[in-house]
Amino acid sequence: MEALEIARWQFGITTVYHFLMVPLTIGLGLVVAVMQTLWYRTGKEHYLRMTKFWGKLFLINFIMGVATGLVQEFQFGLAWSEYSRFVGDVFGAPLAMEALLAFFVESTFLGLWIFGWQRLPKILHLGSLWAAVLASVLSAYFIIVANSWMQHPVGVELVDGRARMVDAWAVFTNNTAVVAFTHTVFGALAVAGGFLLGIAWYHLWKRRHDGLDTVDDAGSVIVGSDPSGSRGSIDHSVWLRSARIGAVVALISFAGTAASGDLQAKLMFEQQPMKMAAAEAACHDGTGFSVLSVGNLGSQNCDDIVAVFEVPGLLSFLANGDFTTEVKGVNTLLPEYEEQYGKTLPNDPMYGERAGMDIDYLPVMEVTYWGFRIMIGFGVMAAFAALVALWILRKGTVPESRWLMRLAVFGILAPFGANSAGWIFTEMGRQPFVVAPNPDPSGIDGVFMFTAAAVSPGVSLAELVFSLVALTLVYAVLLVVEVRLLFTYVRGGVASAMPELAHKHDDANSPGGKDNDDVLAFAY
Amino acid sequence: MSELLPTIWFTLVAVLWTGYLFLEGFDLGVGMLMKLFARTDRERRLLLNTVGPVWDGNEVWLVTAIGATLAAFPLWYASLLSTLYVPFVLVLLGLIFRAVAFEYRGKMNNDQWRQRWDLAIFLGSFTSAAGIGAALALTTTGLPLNENGDRVGGPFVWLTFDALLGAAAVVLFCLVHALAFLVLKTDGPIRERARGLLLRTLPVAVVPLLVWAARVYIADGTAWTGLLLLAAVGAAAASWFAQRAGRDGWGFSWLGAALAASLACIFGSVYPVVLPSTLDDAFNLTVENASSSPYTLGLMSIVAAFGVPLVLAYQGWTYWVFRKRVTEQSIPDAHSVVPL
Repeated sequence: MEALEIARWQFGITTVYHFLMVPLTIGLGLVVAVMQTLWYRTGKEHYLRMTKFWGKLFLINFIMGVATGLVQEFQFGLAWSEYSRFVGDVFGAPLAMEALLAFFVESTFLGLWIFGWQRLPKILHLGSLWAAVLASVLSAYFIIVANSWMQHPVGVELVDGRARMVDAWAVFTNNTAVVAFTHTVFGALAVAGGFLLGIAWYHLWKRRHDGLDTVDDAGSVIVGSDPSGSRGSIDHSVWLRSARIGAVVALISFAGTAASGDLQAKLMFEQQPMKMAAAEAACHDGTGFSVLSVGNLGSQNCDDIVAVFEVPGLLSFLANGDFTTEVKGVNTLLPEYEEQYGKTLPNDPMYGERAGMDIDYLPVMEVTYWGFRIMIGFGVMAAFAALVALWILRKGTVPESRWLMRLAVFGILAPFGANSAGWIFTEMGRQPFVVAPNPDPSGIDGVFMFTAAAVSPGVSLAELVFSLVALTLVYAVLLVVEVRLLFTYVRGGVASAMPELAHKHDDANSPGGKDNDDVLAFAY
Repeated sequence: MSELLPTIWFTLVAVLWTGYLFLEGFDLGVGMLMKLFARTDRERRLLLNTVGPVWDGNEVWLVTAIGATLAAFPLWYASLLSTLYVPFVLVLLGLIFRAVAFEYRGKMNNDQWRQRWDLAIFLGSFTSAAGIGAALALTTTGLPLNENGDRVGGPFVWLTFDALLGAAAVVLFCLVHALAFLVLKTDGPIRERARGLLLRTLPVAVVPLLVWAARVYIADGTAWTGLLLLAAVGAAAASWFAQRAGRDGWGFSWLGAALAASLACIFGSVYPVVLPSTLDDAFNLTVENASSSPYTLGLMSIVAAFGVPLVLAYQGWTYWVFRKRVTEQSIPDAHSVVPL
């Protein structure tokens, strides 16, 4: 392996890993903020407990997003110095704004929220959470503006071989960014929906398993309580409401991702036709959407790819909104790319030993084809499961089946899988470019960069291997720790986030007010 | 005129680094003191909770300093980070462990769990402070860069006396700054112990920082940066006398002023160079040749003019909300999370 490949693996691993935490932070943050708002407005105990319990899981996950996010701010300079030099003038602005306008708000107000229970007036405490959560949404917007500029560079001109921003409005309202941001936020909500539903399902199941809840002849729930009274009707209400909220959020976000994804695909057929052809393993021009293609997907020999099942006209619909327009296949696009951007890397010192090498304009088709389908498939599965769950929950509890409970918990992973697959698809599909060229008339011609030119010339292979191994190992260990901690807190139920519950009766309501003022309401 | 915007941004980056070391300085120091100074678990928790609500906000100063460098001086960002690849990766690993440890340490009631995270906090704080100190010293004293701004030499070619000096300067400053912070933020026996240790160590601990400033001043200084160096020495002395007189707030502020004056002397002396090449002065990165276009700098100036005062306002408010001193009595008992 050479330095370029190691650097790419490192970027892929650190970014996909970071983006396991981020959607849960954004999605769950919004949901917890709504829960606390409901508590603020109604004063109902179950909303307080929901806020505390889900808020605790939110924090356990949030910090991992913060920690792994640090790497993002540095790694363009570490392993991709030529990229930073080429794009810094335009790419740095959204990153700096993200830090100054979003990260500061997020971290400062989250600190206020964590430690501010009982110290801040309730309205300010609630406002702190909203500030933090909305800032995390804002940060998503800034970073997607940066990423979308790599997919569809706008608002720049080329000066001395570097991209120079001339129109900030164009950069910050890039159509690619607007749809990608929408798609990403709905994707984040989908993660939160599945998370809520799976965990709440487990607790509803556990209540039945422990003999607290039973059902009458009609199958409707009869809510019971444990002897200590800490798992009574309020506890049941916490899980039932959480499960229903989760299912509804999952369904809404599925509709949102589908609608925004459709817009995104239409833009991408214009802006990065090769990526979409590779998503289809579409060798020929055509109109049909492949549900399953087998064979050597990466082959340019169309005989090697067999479309087992195709939906006629659907590809044209995805690309253009009709059923007849031919969408260009790989074999048509390849000569076009070669003519416009060259067959080999130029003899420029910036390419180092890679100068003069052949350029392969075809992304790794196995990855793009399956990434696209895994994204859609997992998304559809999760939405379907949410619909079924909502129907089952109409009787106020879940079946006693352990198998079904495991499925619900395991299903939490599906939206995570869809998010990762979508990002891997869109980033791998952009190759061999790090900044994709623009065939589209609204884009800027001539501003593009090959990934092969972006890597740091001064950094040795040994350094890259060291950091790849170190970061991957640390990330693996921390993932195990985080998941273990989440399991522990989930198993402990609401009491894991509200230790005071263990010492007092349920339904007796509202903590706070009479606590010793000298003791911190929350401490690390 | 064409140098005005880059100069403003160079100043702002220097201010961001100063803000970072002033704020995160004490939470990095508190992280190290949890191992070096606290004696019992309750004391360790007491220390941790003095910075609990604010450390994450403090850390964003680093992220913003790096992000602003990319936006305003892409060539500085690219050369500094890629040249100091290994130290920055270590800084990141340290910051990752430290952040997770802060949040996770109290999440289980288990001695082994706590001890492991305590080690992570100590090593993470130490590594980050040392690495950032080395990087800042080297960006003011120079690195072996070629004409493209890339490193000439192996992965450890940066490991020089200046790197060690910068690392020592920041680590030791963080330690005494954290002691001054504990004097200000805690009450009871631990506060008296912190003051005692601070009075004994402060005169030595600020020496590497002042030596770094003096070296840069001697190499590139001007009259006004010389005055800043004198001011730094004076502020450090004033801090010591204020602490001895029991004036916690003044002691803490004077120490912060010593840091600010030292960094102002350092960055002011190297200006207009942002990253010197030790191979050839022609390869130096300067505010002019490393900066973004006037358009980008203008846009970012508007954003900063709006954003920076806002950040100062609400971060200041946070410190006011959590102004109460923390004592051993204010730390609640650890609780266990038990499966249902």
